[in-house]
Amino acid sequence: MKPFISFVIKETRHILRDKRTMLILFGMPVVLMLLFGFAITNDVKNVRTVVVTSQRDHQTQAAIDRLAASEYFTITATIPTPKEAERLIRSQKADLAVVFAQDFASKHSGVQFIVDGADPNMAQQWTTYAQQVILNPQNSMVNLKLLYNPRMKSAYNFVPAIMGMLLLLICAMMTSVSIVREKEQGTMEVLLVSPVQPLMIIVAKAVPYLLQALLILLIILAMSATVLDVPLQGSLGWILLVSFIYILLALSLGLFISNVAQTQFVALLVSAMMLLLPTVMLSGMLFPVESMPRILQWISAIIPPRYYIQSMRKLMIMGVGIGEVWQEVTVLSGMTIALLVAALKNFNKRLTV
Amino acid sequence: MTLRYLIQKEFLQIRRNSFMPKVIFIFPIMVMCVMPWVMNQEVKNIRVDVVDTDRTPQSQQLVHQIERSNYFIFNGQKSTYQEALKDIESSEADIILEIRDGQYLIAANAVNGTKGSIGSSYLSQIVNSGNLSPLTSHLSPLFLYNKGQSYKVFMIPALMGILMMMLCGFLPALNIVGEKEKGTIEQINVTPVSKWSFILAKLIPYWLIGLLVLTVCLVLSWLVYGITCQGPLWLVYLLAVLLALFFSSFGLIISNYSATMQQAMLVMWFFVVCLMLLSGLFTPTRSMPDWAYLTTYVNPMHYFIDAIRTVFVRGGDFAAIAHQLLALSLISLFMGSWAVVSYKKNN
Amino acid sequence: MKAFGTFHAVDDISFSVRRGEIFGFLGANGAGKTTAMHMLTGLNQPTSGTGRVCGYDIRTEYEQIKRHIGYMSQKFSLYEDLTVSENIRLFAGIYGMKDDEITAKTGKLLRQLKFEDHANDLVGSLPLGWKQKLAFSVSIFHEPGVVFLDEPTGGVDPATRRQFWELIYDAASRGITVFVTTHYMDEAEYCDRISIMVDGKIRALGTPDDLKRQFQQPDMDHVFTYLARQATKSSD
Repeated sequence: MKPFISFVIKETRHILRDKRTMLILFGMPVVLMLLFGFAITNDVKNVRTVVVTSQRDHQTQAAIDRLAASEYFTITATIPTPKEAERLIRSQKADLAVVFAQDFASKHSGVQFIVDGADPNMAQQWTTYAQQVILNPQNSMVNLKLLYNPRMKSAYNFVPAIMGMLLLLICAMMTSVSIVREKEQGTMEVLLVSPVQPLMIIVAKAVPYLLQALLILLIILAMSATVLDVPLQGSLGWILLVSFIYILLALSLGLFISNVAQTQFVALLVSAMMLLLPTVMLSGMLFPVESMPRILQWISAIIPPRYYIQSMRKLMIMGVGIGEVWQEVTVLSGMTIALLVAALKNFNKRLTV
Repeated sequence: MTLRYLIQKEFLQIRRNSFMPKVIFIFPIMVMCVMPWVMNQEVKNIRVDVVDTDRTPQSQQLVHQIERSNYFIFNGQKSTYQEALKDIESSEADIILEIRDGQYLIAANAVNGTKGSIGSSYLSQIVNSGNLSPLTSHLSPLFLYNKGQSYKVFMIPALMGILMMMLCGFLPALNIVGEKEKGTIEQINVTPVSKWSFILAKLIPYWLIGLLVLTVCLVLSWLVYGITCQGPLWLVYLLAVLLALFFSSFGLIISNYSATMQQAMLVMWFFVVCLMLLSGLFTPTRSMPDWAYLTTYVNPMHYFIDAIRTVFVRGGDFAAIAHQLLALSLISLFMGSWAVVSYKKNN
Repeated sequence: MKAFGTFHAVDDISFSVRRGEIFGFLGANGAGKTTAMHMLTGLNQPTSGTGRVCGYDIRTEYEQIKRHIGYMSQKFSLYEDLTVSENIRLFAGIYGMKDDEITAKTGKLLRQLKFEDHANDLVGSLPLGWKQKLAFSVSIFHEPGVVFLDEPTGGVDPATRRQFWELIYDAASRGITVFVTTHYMDEAEYCDRISIMVDGKIRALGTPDDLKRQFQQPDMDHVFTYLARQATKSSD
């Protein structure tokens, strides 16, 4: 046990000594949380709107005032022709034009929106909002209720995603690179001829990263509750347990990569392109899985962060019990065991050859 | 003249590396063929639970309308709201529509805010049109550009930017740190090779590769998706060159200040993520709070994304993006000079 | 005069080396050999003092110096993922040699080293001794005035070391000044003159025979041990 502990201490020293890497590892979660919590929003806000009308009667003016008064729209100009509006949108001076027909006042109808459709979602939302503001529909029969996230803050959606990405990045990428570096520098051979079991060396390498990942997890959870106002709805114990399984999974992945890669460069590229990219793209972190074509949905089914992020969304944000996430947890545990077995098998083979 | 030998050397090394050719050619093709399908925030396939306590013909008709809609998947009738809520908790449904006494309640899972709000606004449109509010029928939005309302059109130019960033930023940076770690850079430093030759020799191969990949992307987007550039093509190339200049300078600066690859990669990754997230690539910049919006003034990625979408999607000409071009050039020049100054042959 | 240098450092070391001389630079690990060499090759700048290499000031004209020297570092420093001839071509090109000149000279060098069959082998696949010989040949390929060798024979077997030194003698006879650091005392005996650094100062300077006489020791090994024992800085 004693050599094992001294190995762990050696690894920890390596990590602590590299101040810049440390700063980034701990700074990154904080900055990402702040960015995703505050800056990355799909809110309809400050939409630059031009009004196209040839006359200023009372009705039209009232509609314009309603637009101007809403927090969503900023009226930048009033112009006479739709052609002019198109020109403004093309040169990126406006996003939306509201065209009032000649007889808007008499018929209380005849409004056309000209909208910059480059971003389809936002274009859709702008017109829906503008419609509601102009028509001022008090007579709607529909009551709307937004569950779990009544203020529609994007942080609710992103916090679990950031956790999924960062834990994977730290555990898989950092461990694989640090193992491969020892291989490259030849120090691995020295360690392997020492009386310590090879497996212990690898485990010792993983332990500091495991602790680091847990620490980062706690920082993220604390920040999300205090700074971002994303309350922890579910039980902390389950959240930590599921996260722990996920961290183990990521460590096994890192070990697996370090067996395959011979140089740091390859290890970095493999973890960046085979892990990071699919995580960001296919895990449902930024882009909903159900909008993808069928074949990509299948691929995303083998991406571990997908299950982790999904279970965290349920546990943290929706506050459901562990019973509702047993499927995800089973898949995660299964993947962990499979990867660990594969990595260790591979590892032993390499040592005997 | 020594530049020729150095560039030749870089190409030889790239070719000989077992990994690089794959990264350079297969990766962009994969990205172009797969990512546009993925980077899709189109809200569709929303699963709806209906709790219909009225059971009137009108409500039956509504259910039919939901079934017919492209956006929704009818998940089933539930007898109570609680039962439907259970479905949402286990993520089997996204939205509940409860019909009771002629009143409609739409409850949407808003963990993903965009999906929740767009989904519920689609659903309320269906409900309202079923109840024939006469006004809505007269409201017709006219979508300029991107008539097909396709997310691919919106994302493809951005993808080109991301690829240029990866090829011209990450690869040269890793390459230089690699030479540092191997010690070969010391050998070059005692030769009369000038700073400029060395830096240019590192960058030119990746710029050429970047432009080649950009061409492949343009062809692929036309072949696979039938999406073509609406504006003048030379502006796309000009923008790409400026962006490549920025990211390669940026990579150089980082590699000059880092000792190991791991460090360089992490620092680079960190800044790139921030630049990308704050650029308006995924979410509109004007929705950001003021402090975040201020950063877009110095974010080259923001100018690039803005300009390339104007050219590629909206068909803008030189005048339409002159402002972004100027800003991008200034930032790139500044970073370029910094990169050259910070590279030291001796200390 | 070309290939003639004087060198003063903060530690007040000064010496001059004649053209075509093989000058051994000895010292325990950490005695300051590599630092001194980095200053002479323009990789580092001295904090005070002056020095001239090939007639150029090491403080201001280090870029000119680089044109006239060759350097082979402690770490093996050819590109392992390039072939033998590609490495030669690269470094010759860097020093401004013409294409046809490079081709002709490459053929000659490969014949001399008996490397003809391996011209298109990757350098990474060669045994260490071959790599070192190749690295040396590349460092003098452009006929520099001075060549700096930083522990060139580390980890090489005795037979290859002999061949290596034959290459050094050959270079010196063509008028190339050789400035070499080493740990092997038998190699020190091969040098025309040697200096021994202790704690950043030169404690002994002269021909191997002079030094043996001066310190009354039977061979260089003993001279070195005698001087190194007086070091105050610990060596690793």
